[in-house]
Amino acid sequence: MREQEARDQQLERKAVMATLAQSTGDDIVLLWNEAGLPSEAELLRGPETGLVTVRGRIGGGGAPFNVGEATVTRATVRLASGQVGHCYALGRDKQKAKLAAIADALWQDPTRRNEVETKLIAPLQSALASARERRRAETAATKVDFFTVRGED
Amino acid sequence: MYVAVKGGEAAIANAHALLADRRRGDRSVPALRLDQIVEQLALGVDRVMSEGSLYDRELAALAIVQARGDMIEAIFLVRAYRTTLPRFGYTRAIDTGAMLVERRVSATYKDLPGGQLLGPTFDYTHRLLDPELAAGGDVAEPLQRASEAEAMPRVSAILACEGLIEPDGDMPQDHVPGDITREPLEFPMARDIRLQALSRGDEGFLLALGYSTQRGYARNHPFVGEVRIGEVELELDVPELPFAVPLGSARVTECQMVNQFKGSAKAPPQFTRGYGLVFGQSERKAMAMALCDRALRATEFGEDVVAAAQDEEFVISHSDNVQATGFVEHLKLPHYVDFQAELDLVRRMRAEHDARENAGKAVEKREAAE
Repeated sequence: MREQEARDQQLERKAVMATLAQSTGDDIVLLWNEAGLPSEAELLRGPETGLVTVRGRIGGGGAPFNVGEATVTRATVRLASGQVGHCYALGRDKQKAKLAAIADALWQDPTRRNEVETKLIAPLQSALASARERRRAETAATKVDFFTVRGED
Repeated sequence: MYVAVKGGEAAIANAHALLADRRRGDRSVPALRLDQIVEQLALGVDRVMSEGSLYDRELAALAIVQARGDMIEAIFLVRAYRTTLPRFGYTRAIDTGAMLVERRVSATYKDLPGGQLLGPTFDYTHRLLDPELAAGGDVAEPLQRASEAEAMPRVSAILACEGLIEPDGDMPQDHVPGDITREPLEFPMARDIRLQALSRGDEGFLLALGYSTQRGYARNHPFVGEVRIGEVELELDVPELPFAVPLGSARVTECQMVNQFKGSAKAPPQFTRGYGLVFGQSERKAMAMALCDRALRATEFGEDVVAAAQDEEFVISHSDNVQATGFVEHLKLPHYVDFQAELDLVRRMRAEHDARENAGKAVEKREAAE
Protein backbone atom coordinates (compact mmCIF):
# COMPACT_ATOMS: atom_id res chain seq x y z
CA MET A 1 0.00 0.00 0.00
CA ARG A 2 2.71 2.41 1.04
CA GLU A 3 4.72 1.37 -2.00
CA GLN A 4 1.78 2.23 -4.24
CA GLU A 5 1.52 5.63 -2.57
CA ALA A 6 5.20 6.30 -3.12
CA ARG A 7 4.85 5.33 -6.77
CA ASP A 8 1.84 7.61 -7.25
CA GLN A 9 3.73 10.45 -5.67
CA GLN A 10 6.66 9.84 -8.02
CA LEU A 11 4.32 9.99 -10.99
CA GLU A 12 2.85 13.24 -9.73
CA ARG A 13 6.30 14.72 -9.22
CA LYS A 14 7.30 13.63 -12.69
CA ALA A 15 4.21 15.32 -14.15
CA VAL A 16 5.14 18.55 -12.32
CA MET A 17 8.67 18.37 -13.70
CA ALA A 18 7.30 17.70 -17.18
CA THR A 19 5.07 20.79 -16.97
CA LEU A 20 8.01 22.94 -15.87
CA ALA A 21 10.30 21.54 -18.58
CA GLN A 22 7.70 22.16 -21.30
CA SER A 23 6.93 25.72 -20.22
CA THR A 24 8.92 28.76 -21.30
CA GLY A 25 11.16 30.57 -18.85
CA ASP A 26 9.13 33.75 -19.38
CA ASP A 27 5.86 32.07 -18.37
CA ILE A 28 7.47 30.58 -15.27
CA VAL A 29 9.00 33.91 -14.17
CA LEU A 30 5.71 35.73 -14.71
CA LEU A 31 3.67 33.31 -12.59
CA TRP A 32 6.45 33.06 -10.02
CA ASN A 33 6.42 36.77 -9.40
CA GLU A 34 2.62 36.95 -9.35
CA ALA A 35 2.47 34.11 -6.84
CA GLY A 36 5.27 35.61 -4.75
CA LEU A 37 7.01 32.25 -4.43
CA PRO A 38 10.39 32.33 -2.66
CA SER A 39 13.35 32.23 -5.02
CA GLU A 40 16.03 31.75 -2.37
CA ALA A 41 17.68 28.37 -2.29
CA GLU A 42 21.14 26.96 -1.97
CA LEU A 43 22.49 25.97 -5.37
CA LEU A 44 24.02 22.51 -5.08
CA ARG A 45 24.75 22.19 -8.80
CA GLY A 46 24.52 24.46 -11.81
CA PRO A 47 22.60 25.87 -13.39
CA GLU A 48 24.75 24.41 -16.13
CA THR A 49 24.23 23.59 -19.79
CA GLY A 50 25.27 20.34 -21.41
CA LEU A 51 24.23 17.84 -24.02
CA VAL A 52 22.03 14.80 -24.14
CA THR A 53 22.09 12.41 -27.06
CA VAL A 54 18.58 11.82 -28.39
CA ARG A 55 17.72 8.23 -29.22
CA GLY A 56 15.21 6.92 -31.70
CA ARG A 57 14.27 3.37 -32.67
CA ILE A 58 14.97 1.62 -35.97
CA GLY A 59 11.70 1.46 -37.89
CA GLY A 60 10.00 3.40 -35.08
CA GLY A 61 9.79 0.49 -32.63
CA GLY A 62 12.98 -1.53 -33.09
CA ALA A 63 16.44 -1.32 -31.59
CA PRO A 64 17.55 2.10 -30.33
CA PHE A 65 19.99 4.30 -32.27
CA ASN A 66 21.46 7.75 -31.66
CA VAL A 67 19.86 10.52 -33.69
CA GLY A 68 21.73 13.61 -32.53
CA GLU A 69 22.30 15.81 -29.53
CA ALA A 70 20.22 18.46 -27.77
CA THR A 71 21.15 21.19 -25.32
CA VAL A 72 19.87 20.64 -21.79
CA THR A 73 20.25 22.88 -18.76
CA ARG A 74 20.12 21.41 -15.28
CA ALA A 75 20.10 22.71 -11.73
CA THR A 76 19.91 21.21 -8.25
CA VAL A 77 18.91 23.27 -5.22
CA ARG A 78 18.32 22.76 -1.50
CA LEU A 79 15.77 24.75 0.49
CA ALA A 80 16.42 25.97 4.02
CA SER A 81 13.76 23.42 5.06
CA GLY A 82 15.94 20.65 3.59
CA GLN A 83 14.11 19.58 0.41
CA VAL A 84 16.35 19.00 -2.62
CA GLY A 85 14.90 19.88 -6.02
CA HIS A 86 16.13 19.06 -9.52
CA CYS A 87 15.52 20.35 -13.00
CA TYR A 88 16.62 19.10 -16.40
CA ALA A 89 15.12 21.00 -19.33
CA LEU A 90 15.83 21.32 -23.04
CA GLY A 91 17.54 24.57 -24.02
CA ARG A 92 19.96 26.94 -22.33
CA ASP A 93 17.69 28.95 -20.03
CA LYS A 94 19.56 28.97 -16.70
CA GLN A 95 17.06 31.05 -14.81
CA LYS A 96 14.28 28.68 -15.84
CA ALA A 97 16.31 25.68 -14.67
CA LYS A 98 16.98 27.27 -11.30
CA LEU A 99 13.34 28.27 -10.70
CA ALA A 100 12.09 24.88 -11.87
CA ALA A 101 14.45 23.14 -9.45
CA ILE A 102 13.18 25.37 -6.62
CA ALA A 103 9.61 24.60 -7.66
CA ASP A 104 10.40 20.88 -7.54
CA ALA A 105 11.83 21.31 -4.04
CA LEU A 106 8.89 23.42 -2.83
CA TRP A 107 6.47 20.85 -4.24
CA GLN A 108 8.07 18.20 -2.03
CA ASP A 109 7.35 20.31 1.05
CA PRO A 110 3.83 19.25 2.14
CA THR A 111 3.17 22.74 3.53
CA ARG A 112 4.01 24.39 0.19
CA ARG A 113 2.73 21.81 -2.30
CA ASN A 114 -0.75 23.23 -2.63
CA GLU A 115 0.53 26.73 -3.27
CA VAL A 116 2.92 25.49 -5.97
CA GLU A 117 0.22 23.37 -7.58
CA THR A 118 -2.45 26.07 -7.73
CA LYS A 119 -0.39 29.20 -8.39
CA LEU A 120 2.28 27.79 -10.71
CA ILE A 121 1.72 24.29 -12.04
CA ALA A 122 -2.00 24.46 -12.76
CA PRO A 123 -1.84 27.70 -14.81
CA LEU A 124 1.24 26.44 -16.72
CA GLN A 125 -0.50 23.14 -17.33
CA SER A 126 -3.63 24.78 -18.65
CA ALA A 127 -1.64 27.09 -20.96
CA LEU A 128 0.25 24.07 -22.33
CA ALA A 129 -2.96 22.10 -22.77
CA SER A 130 -4.70 24.87 -24.67
CA ALA A 131 -1.65 25.38 -26.91
CA ARG A 132 -1.61 21.66 -27.63
CA GLU A 133 -5.35 21.65 -28.29
CA ARG A 134 -5.06 24.60 -30.66
CA ARG A 135 -2.26 22.87 -32.55
CA ARG A 136 -4.29 19.68 -32.79
CA ALA A 137 -7.34 21.59 -34.06
CA GLU A 138 -5.27 23.48 -36.64
CA THR A 139 -3.80 20.21 -37.89
CA ALA A 140 -7.25 18.57 -37.90
CA ALA A 141 -8.48 21.31 -40.27
CA THR A 142 -5.99 19.97 -42.84
CA LYS A 143 -7.35 16.42 -42.66
CA VAL A 144 -8.34 15.00 -46.03
CA ASP A 145 -11.97 13.93 -46.32
CA PHE A 146 -12.12 11.53 -49.24
CA PHE A 147 -15.34 11.15 -51.19
CA THR A 148 -16.20 8.71 -53.92
CA VAL A 149 -16.79 9.90 -57.45
CA ARG A 150 -19.29 7.52 -59.00
CA GLY A 151 -18.50 6.32 -62.49
CA GLU A 152 -21.21 5.46 -65.01
CA ASP A 153 -22.61 1.97 -64.47
CA MET B 1 66.10 25.63 -49.78
CA TYR B 2 63.01 26.12 -47.59
CA VAL B 3 62.80 29.43 -45.76
CA ALA B 4 60.16 29.73 -43.03
CA VAL B 5 57.92 32.72 -43.60
CA LYS B 6 55.41 34.48 -41.43
CA GLY B 7 52.90 37.09 -42.30
CA GLY B 8 49.31 37.92 -43.00
CA GLU B 9 48.32 38.63 -39.41
CA ALA B 10 47.14 42.15 -40.19
CA ALA B 11 45.52 40.96 -43.40
CA ILE B 12 43.61 38.25 -41.53
CA ALA B 13 42.42 40.62 -38.79
CA ASN B 14 41.28 43.15 -41.38
CA ALA B 15 39.57 40.45 -43.43
CA HIS B 16 37.58 39.37 -40.39
CA ALA B 17 36.58 42.98 -39.68
CA LEU B 18 35.48 43.28 -43.29
CA LEU B 19 33.51 40.05 -42.95
CA ALA B 20 31.71 41.48 -39.90
CA ASP B 21 30.88 44.60 -41.89
CA ARG B 22 29.57 42.73 -44.92
CA ARG B 23 27.63 40.37 -42.69
CA ARG B 24 25.80 43.33 -41.18
CA GLY B 25 25.31 44.91 -44.61
CA ASP B 26 23.58 48.24 -45.16
CA ARG B 27 23.19 49.82 -41.69
CA SER B 28 19.98 51.55 -42.74
CA VAL B 29 18.36 48.09 -42.98
CA PRO B 30 17.29 46.78 -39.54
CA ALA B 31 19.49 43.99 -38.17
CA LEU B 32 17.92 40.51 -38.07
CA ARG B 33 16.91 39.24 -34.67
CA LEU B 34 17.33 35.57 -33.81
CA ASP B 35 13.64 35.16 -33.00
CA GLN B 36 12.80 36.39 -36.51
CA ILE B 37 14.99 33.67 -37.97
CA VAL B 38 13.61 31.00 -35.65
CA GLU B 39 10.04 31.95 -36.53
CA GLN B 40 10.30 32.87 -40.20
CA LEU B 41 13.18 30.80 -41.55
CA ALA B 42 12.18 27.78 -39.47
CA LEU B 43 13.05 25.11 -42.02
CA GLY B 44 16.53 26.55 -42.52
CA VAL B 45 16.94 26.45 -38.75
CA ASP B 46 15.75 22.83 -38.79
CA ARG B 47 18.31 21.89 -41.43
CA VAL B 48 21.12 23.37 -39.36
CA MET B 49 19.88 21.49 -36.28
CA SER B 50 19.61 18.23 -38.20
CA GLU B 51 23.00 18.33 -39.93
CA GLY B 52 24.71 20.19 -37.11
CA SER B 53 23.33 17.30 -35.02
CA LEU B 54 22.28 19.66 -32.23
CA TYR B 55 18.71 20.42 -31.27
CA ASP B 56 18.70 24.08 -30.23
CA ARG B 57 16.76 26.58 -32.34
CA GLU B 58 18.38 29.76 -31.05
CA LEU B 59 21.89 28.42 -31.56
CA ALA B 60 21.03 27.31 -35.09
CA ALA B 61 19.59 30.76 -35.81
CA LEU B 62 22.72 32.43 -34.45
CA ALA B 63 24.84 30.16 -36.63
CA ILE B 64 22.80 31.09 -39.71
CA VAL B 65 23.29 34.81 -39.09
CA GLN B 66 26.96 34.42 -38.27
CA ALA B 67 27.45 32.38 -41.46
CA ARG B 68 25.57 35.00 -43.53
CA GLY B 69 23.09 32.31 -44.55
CA ASP B 70 25.75 29.83 -45.69
CA MET B 71 24.11 26.66 -44.39
CA ILE B 72 27.17 24.41 -44.38
CA GLU B 73 29.21 27.08 -42.59
CA ALA B 74 26.37 27.38 -40.06
CA ILE B 75 26.33 23.60 -39.58
CA PHE B 76 30.11 23.71 -39.07
CA LEU B 77 29.69 26.39 -36.35
CA VAL B 78 27.08 24.31 -34.53
CA ARG B 79 29.23 21.18 -34.69
CA ALA B 80 32.16 23.10 -33.24
CA TYR B 81 30.01 24.51 -30.43
CA ARG B 82 28.83 21.01 -29.44
CA THR B 83 32.36 20.00 -28.53
CA THR B 84 32.50 22.69 -25.81
CA LEU B 85 29.66 21.20 -23.75
CA PRO B 86 29.69 18.39 -21.17
CA ARG B 87 27.51 15.38 -21.87
CA PHE B 88 24.70 14.42 -19.50
CA GLY B 89 23.75 11.11 -21.10
CA TYR B 90 21.51 9.34 -23.61
CA THR B 91 17.76 9.90 -23.62
CA ARG B 92 15.30 7.05 -23.56
CA ALA B 93 14.31 6.16 -27.11
CA ILE B 94 11.56 8.49 -28.32
CA ASP B 95 8.13 7.07 -29.12
CA THR B 96 7.07 8.46 -32.50
CA GLY B 97 3.73 6.64 -32.13
CA ALA B 98 2.87 9.02 -29.27
CA MET B 99 3.85 12.11 -31.29
CA LEU B 100 1.75 15.28 -31.19
CA VAL B 101 1.28 15.05 -34.95
CA GLU B 102 1.41 18.21 -37.08
CA ARG B 103 1.53 16.42 -40.41
CA ARG B 104 1.03 12.82 -41.35
CA VAL B 105 0.50 11.35 -44.79
CA SER B 106 0.65 7.89 -46.23
CA ALA B 107 0.97 7.12 -49.93
CA THR B 108 0.07 3.46 -49.39
CA TYR B 109 -3.18 3.62 -47.37
CA LYS B 110 -5.95 6.08 -48.03
CA ASP B 111 -8.00 5.34 -44.92
CA LEU B 112 -5.56 4.70 -42.14
CA PRO B 113 -6.45 5.26 -38.47
CA GLY B 114 -5.96 8.92 -37.65
CA GLY B 115 -6.33 9.89 -41.31
CA GLN B 116 -4.24 11.91 -43.71
CA LEU B 117 -3.24 15.23 -42.16
CA LEU B 118 -1.58 17.58 -44.62
CA GLY B 119 -0.32 20.09 -42.06
CA PRO B 120 1.82 23.06 -43.14
CA THR B 121 3.03 21.62 -46.44
CA PHE B 122 4.40 23.01 -49.71
CA ASP B 123 2.70 20.10 -51.50
CA TYR B 124 -0.11 21.16 -53.86
CA THR B 125 1.05 24.78 -53.87
CA HIS B 126 1.55 26.21 -57.37
CA ARG B 127 5.09 27.35 -56.77
CA LEU B 128 4.25 30.85 -57.92
CA LEU B 129 6.14 33.66 -56.23
CA ASP B 130 3.85 35.65 -54.00
CA PRO B 131 4.18 39.44 -54.33
CA GLU B 132 1.97 39.91 -51.27
CA LEU B 133 4.68 38.37 -49.10
CA ALA B 134 7.10 40.97 -50.44
CA ALA B 135 4.66 43.68 -49.44
CA GLY B 136 4.51 42.23 -45.92
CA GLY B 137 0.74 42.10 -45.50
CA ASP B 138 -1.10 40.52 -42.57
CA VAL B 139 -1.61 36.77 -42.58
CA ALA B 140 -4.90 35.23 -41.49
CA GLU B 141 -5.03 32.83 -38.53
CA PRO B 142 -5.31 29.20 -39.63
CA LEU B 143 -8.65 27.40 -39.46
CA GLN B 144 -9.36 25.01 -36.64
CA ARG B 145 -11.52 21.93 -36.65
CA ALA B 146 -12.82 20.32 -33.52
CA SER B 147 -11.85 16.67 -33.40
CA GLU B 148 -11.50 13.86 -30.96
CA ALA B 149 -7.91 13.08 -30.10
CA GLU B 150 -7.38 9.96 -32.19
CA ALA B 151 -4.67 7.37 -31.85
CA MET B 152 -2.30 7.49 -34.81
CA PRO B 153 -0.42 4.18 -34.97
CA ARG B 154 2.59 4.04 -37.25
CA VAL B 155 1.61 2.62 -40.62
CA SER B 156 4.23 -0.12 -40.25
CA ALA B 157 2.19 -1.54 -37.38
CA ILE B 158 -0.81 -1.92 -39.71
CA LEU B 159 0.98 -3.87 -42.44
CA ALA B 160 2.80 -5.94 -39.85
CA CYS B 161 -0.47 -7.58 -38.85
CA GLU B 162 -0.58 -9.41 -42.17
CA GLY B 163 3.01 -10.56 -41.96
CA LEU B 164 3.69 -9.08 -45.40
CA ILE B 165 6.23 -6.60 -44.13
CA GLU B 166 9.40 -7.11 -42.21
CA PRO B 167 9.30 -6.06 -38.56
CA ASP B 168 11.04 -2.99 -37.09
CA GLY B 169 14.79 -3.49 -37.18
CA ASP B 170 16.10 -5.42 -34.21
CA MET B 171 19.61 -5.79 -32.89
CA PRO B 172 20.96 -8.58 -30.67
CA GLN B 173 19.64 -8.28 -27.10
CA ASP B 174 22.95 -7.14 -25.58
CA HIS B 175 23.77 -4.67 -28.39
CA VAL B 176 24.71 -1.20 -27.14
CA PRO B 177 23.84 1.48 -29.71
CA GLY B 178 27.02 2.71 -31.39
CA ASP B 179 27.88 6.39 -31.30
CA ILE B 180 29.90 7.97 -34.10
CA THR B 181 30.63 10.99 -31.93
CA ARG B 182 32.63 8.73 -29.59
CA GLU B 183 34.14 6.02 -31.78
CA PRO B 184 35.73 6.29 -35.21
CA LEU B 185 33.83 4.86 -38.20
CA GLU B 186 34.52 1.22 -39.01
CA PHE B 187 33.25 -0.73 -41.99
CA PRO B 188 31.12 -2.72 -42.31
CA MET B 189 28.95 -1.03 -39.70
CA ALA B 190 25.75 -2.01 -37.91
CA ARG B 191 22.49 -0.43 -39.05
CA ASP B 192 22.11 1.67 -35.88
CA ILE B 193 25.43 3.42 -36.51
CA ARG B 194 24.60 3.89 -40.18
CA LEU B 195 21.31 5.55 -39.24
CA GLN B 196 23.10 7.96 -36.90
CA ALA B 197 25.46 8.94 -39.71
CA LEU B 198 22.59 9.31 -42.19
CA SER B 199 20.52 11.42 -39.79
CA ARG B 200 23.27 14.06 -39.65
CA GLY B 201 24.29 13.53 -43.30
CA ASP B 202 24.12 16.21 -45.97
CA GLU B 203 20.61 16.61 -47.34
CA GLY B 204 21.78 17.26 -50.89
CA PHE B 205 24.09 14.25 -50.96
CA LEU B 206 21.46 11.86 -49.56
CA LEU B 207 18.81 13.34 -51.84
CA ALA B 208 20.96 12.69 -54.91
CA LEU B 209 21.70 9.12 -53.81
CA GLY B 210 18.04 8.45 -53.02
CA TYR B 211 17.14 9.84 -56.43
CA SER B 212 19.71 7.58 -58.06
CA THR B 213 17.98 4.51 -56.60
CA GLN B 214 14.69 5.66 -58.13
CA ARG B 215 16.37 6.10 -61.51
CA GLY B 216 17.57 2.52 -61.55
CA TYR B 217 20.87 2.47 -59.69
CA ALA B 218 19.86 -0.11 -57.05
CA ARG B 219 16.17 0.14 -57.79
CA ASN B 220 14.00 -1.01 -54.90
CA HIS B 221 10.47 0.21 -55.70
CA PRO B 222 9.84 2.55 -52.79
CA PHE B 223 6.50 3.75 -51.43
CA VAL B 224 6.10 6.28 -48.67
CA GLY B 225 4.34 4.13 -46.10
CA GLU B 226 4.20 7.17 -43.91
CA VAL B 227 5.73 10.55 -43.22
CA ARG B 228 4.93 12.15 -39.89
CA ILE B 229 6.11 15.39 -38.35
CA GLY B 230 5.47 16.55 -34.83
CA GLU B 231 6.69 16.85 -31.29
CA VAL B 232 7.87 13.96 -29.17
CA GLU B 233 8.71 14.02 -25.49
CA LEU B 234 12.26 13.38 -24.34
CA GLU B 235 13.17 11.62 -21.10
CA LEU B 236 16.52 11.05 -19.47
CA ASP B 237 17.52 8.53 -16.80
CA VAL B 238 19.58 10.25 -14.13
CA PRO B 239 21.07 8.76 -10.95
CA GLU B 240 19.53 11.36 -8.63
CA LEU B 241 15.92 10.55 -9.50
CA PRO B 242 14.01 7.25 -9.27
CA PHE B 243 12.19 7.95 -12.57
CA ALA B 244 13.18 9.15 -16.03
CA VAL B 245 13.21 12.94 -15.90
CA PRO B 246 11.11 14.69 -18.58
CA LEU B 247 13.17 17.20 -20.60
CA GLY B 248 10.48 18.77 -22.77
CA SER B 249 9.52 18.16 -26.40
CA ALA B 250 11.44 18.18 -29.66
CA ARG B 251 10.07 18.26 -33.21
CA VAL B 252 11.19 15.43 -35.47
CA THR B 253 10.30 14.07 -38.90
CA GLU B 254 9.94 10.34 -39.44
CA CYS B 255 9.68 8.49 -42.75
CA GLN B 256 8.69 4.86 -43.14
CA MET B 257 9.64 3.82 -46.65
CA VAL B 258 8.12 0.53 -47.80
CA ASN B 259 9.98 -1.31 -50.55
CA GLN B 260 8.94 -4.17 -52.77
CA PHE B 261 11.21 -7.17 -52.48
CA LYS B 262 10.99 -10.24 -54.64
CA GLY B 263 12.71 -12.47 -52.12
CA SER B 264 16.07 -14.16 -52.20
CA ALA B 265 17.85 -17.21 -50.89
CA LYS B 266 17.87 -15.49 -47.50
CA ALA B 267 14.36 -14.05 -47.22
CA PRO B 268 10.84 -14.72 -48.58
CA PRO B 269 9.06 -12.22 -50.84
CA GLN B 270 7.77 -9.43 -48.62
CA PHE B 271 7.84 -5.69 -48.20
CA THR B 272 11.12 -4.49 -46.75
CA ARG B 273 11.68 -1.12 -45.17
CA GLY B 274 13.92 1.88 -45.03
CA TYR B 275 13.76 4.27 -42.10
CA GLY B 276 14.36 7.98 -41.76
CA LEU B 277 14.34 10.07 -38.58
CA VAL B 278 15.68 13.62 -38.39
CA PHE B 279 15.44 16.70 -36.18
CA GLY B 280 12.93 19.35 -37.11
CA GLN B 281 10.56 19.53 -40.06
CA SER B 282 12.78 18.02 -42.71
CA GLU B 283 10.63 15.83 -44.90
CA ARG B 284 12.90 15.66 -47.93
CA LYS B 285 15.83 14.67 -45.76
CA ALA B 286 13.88 12.00 -43.87
CA MET B 287 12.70 10.48 -47.18
CA ALA B 288 16.19 10.55 -48.69
CA MET B 289 17.56 8.98 -45.52
CA ALA B 290 15.00 6.17 -45.69
CA LEU B 291 15.84 5.48 -49.36
CA CYS B 292 19.55 5.32 -48.54
CA ASP B 293 18.94 3.17 -45.44
CA ARG B 294 17.12 0.60 -47.58
CA ALA B 295 19.71 0.67 -50.37
CA LEU B 296 22.50 0.15 -47.83
CA ARG B 297 20.81 -3.01 -46.55
CA ALA B 298 21.57 -4.77 -49.86
CA THR B 299 23.90 -7.40 -48.43
CA GLU B 300 21.47 -8.12 -45.61
CA PHE B 301 18.94 -9.23 -48.25
CA GLY B 302 21.47 -10.93 -50.49
CA GLU B 303 21.10 -8.29 -53.24
CA ASP B 304 23.95 -7.58 -55.64
CA VAL B 305 25.86 -4.44 -54.71
CA VAL B 306 26.04 -2.68 -58.07
CA ALA B 307 25.39 1.00 -57.35
CA ALA B 308 26.88 3.86 -55.35
CA ALA B 309 23.87 4.12 -53.02
CA GLN B 310 24.46 0.52 -51.88
CA ASP B 311 28.14 1.03 -51.10
CA GLU B 312 28.25 1.64 -47.36
CA GLU B 313 31.80 2.89 -47.19
CA PHE B 314 31.23 5.26 -50.11
CA VAL B 315 27.94 6.66 -48.78
CA ILE B 316 28.78 6.99 -45.09
CA SER B 317 32.34 8.27 -45.64
CA HIS B 318 31.08 11.08 -47.85
CA SER B 319 27.74 11.98 -46.27
CA ASP B 320 29.11 14.37 -43.65
CA ASN B 321 29.22 17.86 -45.14
CA VAL B 322 31.45 19.28 -42.39
CA GLN B 323 34.14 16.72 -43.17
CA ALA B 324 33.58 17.16 -46.89
CA THR B 325 33.79 20.93 -46.83
CA GLY B 326 36.83 20.80 -44.56
CA PHE B 327 38.77 18.65 -46.97
CA VAL B 328 37.65 20.40 -50.13
CA GLU B 329 38.07 23.91 -48.73
CA HIS B 330 41.47 23.28 -47.19
CA LEU B 331 42.79 23.22 -50.76
CA LYS B 332 42.66 27.02 -50.83
CA LEU B 333 44.92 27.40 -47.81
CA PRO B 334 48.64 27.98 -48.45
CA HIS B 335 50.30 24.94 -50.01
CA TYR B 336 53.40 26.89 -51.05
CA VAL B 337 55.92 24.29 -49.92
CA ASP B 338 53.95 21.33 -51.28
CA PHE B 339 53.58 23.14 -54.55
CA GLN B 340 57.25 24.13 -54.65
CA ALA B 341 58.18 20.48 -54.30
CA GLU B 342 55.75 19.49 -57.06
CA LEU B 343 57.12 22.27 -59.24
CA ASP B 344 60.67 20.97 -58.80
CA LEU B 345 59.52 17.48 -59.62
CA VAL B 346 57.70 18.54 -62.80
CA ARG B 347 60.73 20.60 -63.91
CA ARG B 348 62.99 17.60 -63.41
CA MET B 349 60.63 15.26 -65.25
CA ARG B 350 60.38 17.72 -68.13
CA ALA B 351 64.15 17.99 -68.34
CA GLU B 352 64.36 14.21 -68.50
CA HIS B 353 61.56 14.07 -71.04
CA ASP B 354 63.28 16.68 -73.23
CA ALA B 355 66.59 14.86 -72.91
CA ARG B 356 64.97 11.59 -74.02
CA GLU B 357 63.26 13.31 -76.93
CA ASN B 358 66.47 15.02 -78.06
CA ALA B 359 68.38 11.78 -77.80
CA GLY B 360 65.67 10.07 -79.88
CA LYS B 361 65.81 12.80 -82.52
CA ALA B 362 69.61 12.56 -82.68
CA VAL B 363 69.34 8.81 -83.28
CA GLU B 364 66.71 9.34 -86.01
CA LYS B 365 68.90 11.95 -87.72
CA ARG B 366 71.91 9.68 -87.63
CA GLU B 367 69.94 6.76 -89.04
CA ALA B 368 68.54 8.97 -91.80
CA ALA B 369 72.04 10.19 -92.64
CA GLU B 370 73.33 6.64 -92.82
